[in-house]
Amino acid sequence: MENSISHIFEQYPNKLREDLIPILNDIQQEFGYLPEQALQEVSAYLSLSVNKVYGVATFYDNFRFVRQGKFHIRVCTGTACKMENASVLVAELEKQLKISPGQTDPDFAFSLEVVSCLGGCSAAPVIEVNGNYFIELKATDLKFILSQFRAKVELL
Amino acid sequence: MKSVTSDNTKEFLVREVLHKTAYSHDAETQKKLSYVGRERIHKPLIYVGMATCGVIAGANAIFASIKEYLSGYNYNVDLVEGGCIGFCSMEPIIDIQLPGRSRVVFGKVTEELVPHLLDEMLNYSIPQGVTIIGQYSNDIFQNWEGVPEVAQHPFYLNQQRNLLTHCGVIDPVSVSEYIARGGYQAFCRCIARQTPAEVCRTVEESKLTGRGGGSFPVGEKWNLVQNAFTGQKYFIANAVESDPGSYMNRMIIESNPHLLIESLLIGAYATGSSKAILFTRKEFHLAISRFETALQQARDYGLIGHNILDSGVNIEIVVKKGARAFVCGEETALINALEGKRAMPEAKPPYPTEKGLWDKPTCVNNVETLINVPLILSNGPEWYRTTGTFNSKGTKIFTLSGRTQYKGIVEVAMGTQFKTIVEGIGGGMKDKGKFKAIFLGINSGNFITENTFDYRVDIDELRNIGISLGSGGFAVADESVCMVDMAAHFTEFFHRESCGKCIPCREGTAIISQILKQATRRPNALKKTTALERFKGIMQLKSVSTVIRDTSLCALGRSAPNAILSVMQNFNAELKSHIYDRKCPAGVCRGLRVFSIDPDKCIGCTVCFKKCPADAVIGSAKHPHYIIEERCTGCGICYDSCKFNAISIH
Repeated sequence: MENSISHIFEQYPNKLREDLIPILNDIQQEFGYLPEQALQEVSAYLSLSVNKVYGVATFYDNFRFVRQGKFHIRVCTGTACKMENASVLVAELEKQLKISPGQTDPDFAFSLEVVSCLGGCSAAPVIEVNGNYFIELKATDLKFILSQFRAKVELL
Repeated sequence: MKSVTSDNTKEFLVREVLHKTAYSHDAETQKKLSYVGRERIHKPLIYVGMATCGVIAGANAIFASIKEYLSGYNYNVDLVEGGCIGFCSMEPIIDIQLPGRSRVVFGKVTEELVPHLLDEMLNYSIPQGVTIIGQYSNDIFQNWEGVPEVAQHPFYLNQQRNLLTHCGVIDPVSVSEYIARGGYQAFCRCIARQTPAEVCRTVEESKLTGRGGGSFPVGEKWNLVQNAFTGQKYFIANAVESDPGSYMNRMIIESNPHLLIESLLIGAYATGSSKAILFTRKEFHLAISRFETALQQARDYGLIGHNILDSGVNIEIVVKKGARAFVCGEETALINALEGKRAMPEAKPPYPTEKGLWDKPTCVNNVETLINVPLILSNGPEWYRTTGTFNSKGTKIFTLSGRTQYKGIVEVAMGTQFKTIVEGIGGGMKDKGKFKAIFLGINSGNFITENTFDYRVDIDELRNIGISLGSGGFAVADESVCMVDMAAHFTEFFHRESCGKCIPCREGTAIISQILKQATRRPNALKKTTALERFKGIMQLKSVSTVIRDTSLCALGRSAPNAILSVMQNFNAELKSHIYDRKCPAGVCRGLRVFSIDPDKCIGCTVCFKKCPADAVIGSAKHPHYIIEERCTGCGICYDSCKFNAISIH
């Protein structure tokens, strides 16, 4: 772990408080979540208490504290998507994957996140899986999409 | 002309355009500029609309297939990753321009259509069986016959695209193209000829107001920072855009990053700030990468940094990537986020203009507000004031979404009726639906209803009826949308996103959220006190909302109960039917839906019987089934799966 995070610190040589959020962003991009040990290292590096680091990290909703699945599903519930029944999509995904938003399933295949806007309002409702977008989705399409990803999980 | 290399272009642009700071150029320069700006071209040019909305619609695949097509045939064609022309419901969009001919815009392009489309176009004929949005015709080129004008398309007809002129038309990451089409000239003129105070005065005269929701006069804000006597000042562009359902700032950065850089430079110069910051979210990968590329190009042209174009002005621009939190859009919260703290709003005064980032005078402006400035400086405040109403000048950008036929980023002159936007630009309601309401930005939480449909986009006019213009979300709802459900969704959003600093917002939104949940939940027959609790909640609804509105610390908290207050004011009948009749007229609220099977239509196929997760459907094969209301959870699976339309919602 120590080796894998030091290169992130190298980009922030000034060790300032203002670097905290960018560092957390970079860690999340690398690992898909914020590992406990990394947060402790951040606190040591920036000479901030671990409490303060957690205080900031838990405040923003894009930071996660559990490992991400191989396929990370983001469901948009912005105004436009909500009108096109995005909450039905969330309920259906919860049911199919047997996890709630913010959780990862036990074999780390899927994780679910609800976001406030993906920027695809004209193609609502939208979900994103590892950078692939599915637009104008119906709850009934989800089973097929998930089965395709399930097949890929086994190959990975 | 063909021998012009990029170094030559740079030298030409810096010497002839940026240093001369003239308002008009001689004919030869003009012609040269039109080649640099790719208005005239030597070889075919293909733009693929690749802003976020395009990418979501599949523009990456289209780009790849065009590339493959071109490599196979060895054509000498320029292929450009462009921005968005705003017509998001037509994405993926590609533009094709051939030498000597005007540019044609195609919408809803699919991978299968690409070879056919390019075959025809590269042979100078308009393909059949594709969606054509229109052409940009002009005098210098031969226009295509039978192809309508882009500007004549209903979507564009009632728009006034002053700010978005170049979005989706130019290569977003080409500084030469931007300069050749008139970019950076307002900035160069202002550092060469005007003092910071003069720039502030010009902006003040234009009566430009903030577009983020507060509608504060921009010139006044700049003056306050400009007059502050301290060494370091900061100028910040707020591109957090955390309002769900609006993405125009992101689109502007993706489609025309140089415009924002120019605006930032002007703002920093006018306020005497040597450091300008673009604060955005890490999630806007595409916007950040394009902005950073553009920044590099501008620096290469000597427009950023030390002693800009030998004027003695020093301005540095940096990008700061924040995390996602709704309150980050509030200026004091944004400053806290920049300092690496929790994004919590501070009590004002002191305003950021006195004590902002690192306790230094700081000017925070929304991206949309800022990009008005180059326009004002180029054309003068008098010209700017000709657009708009008495007190609201200029144009406003909206993210038109929801149940209209056409959707996307639209720019209208202030004073345009909401009706015109929905029925004209939006092309009316989709599937012959009936108009119900417009959600005017979630953080304003206000609805335009049928009664206020004739109102105009005018800050004062809307303020009179207690509505703020909001940040630019514009979601149109039809009869199938339940207003109580939407109000519950908005309040839930505020509850989740409340920063927790002040009690009214933190606790109040939780209470409202709970009350609305109870109102939309299925009555529980076993628990007899629920009805009592529900009524108690409903009685409190108004007083809790008013307390939140009157006593919250920041503007976002104060707007949290707007949605439910609007419902009480405009859709009281709908709210009452949820409370007293336990019915959702739109049939959306799951807890209140009751399904029944028409025995005449049901043939007893047993599909609903097998699919019902709550065992609420009973019956045997080949005989009509029946739904037991007490067991039904309102999930609607039976309704969706019935092939004979035998199931109806009450």
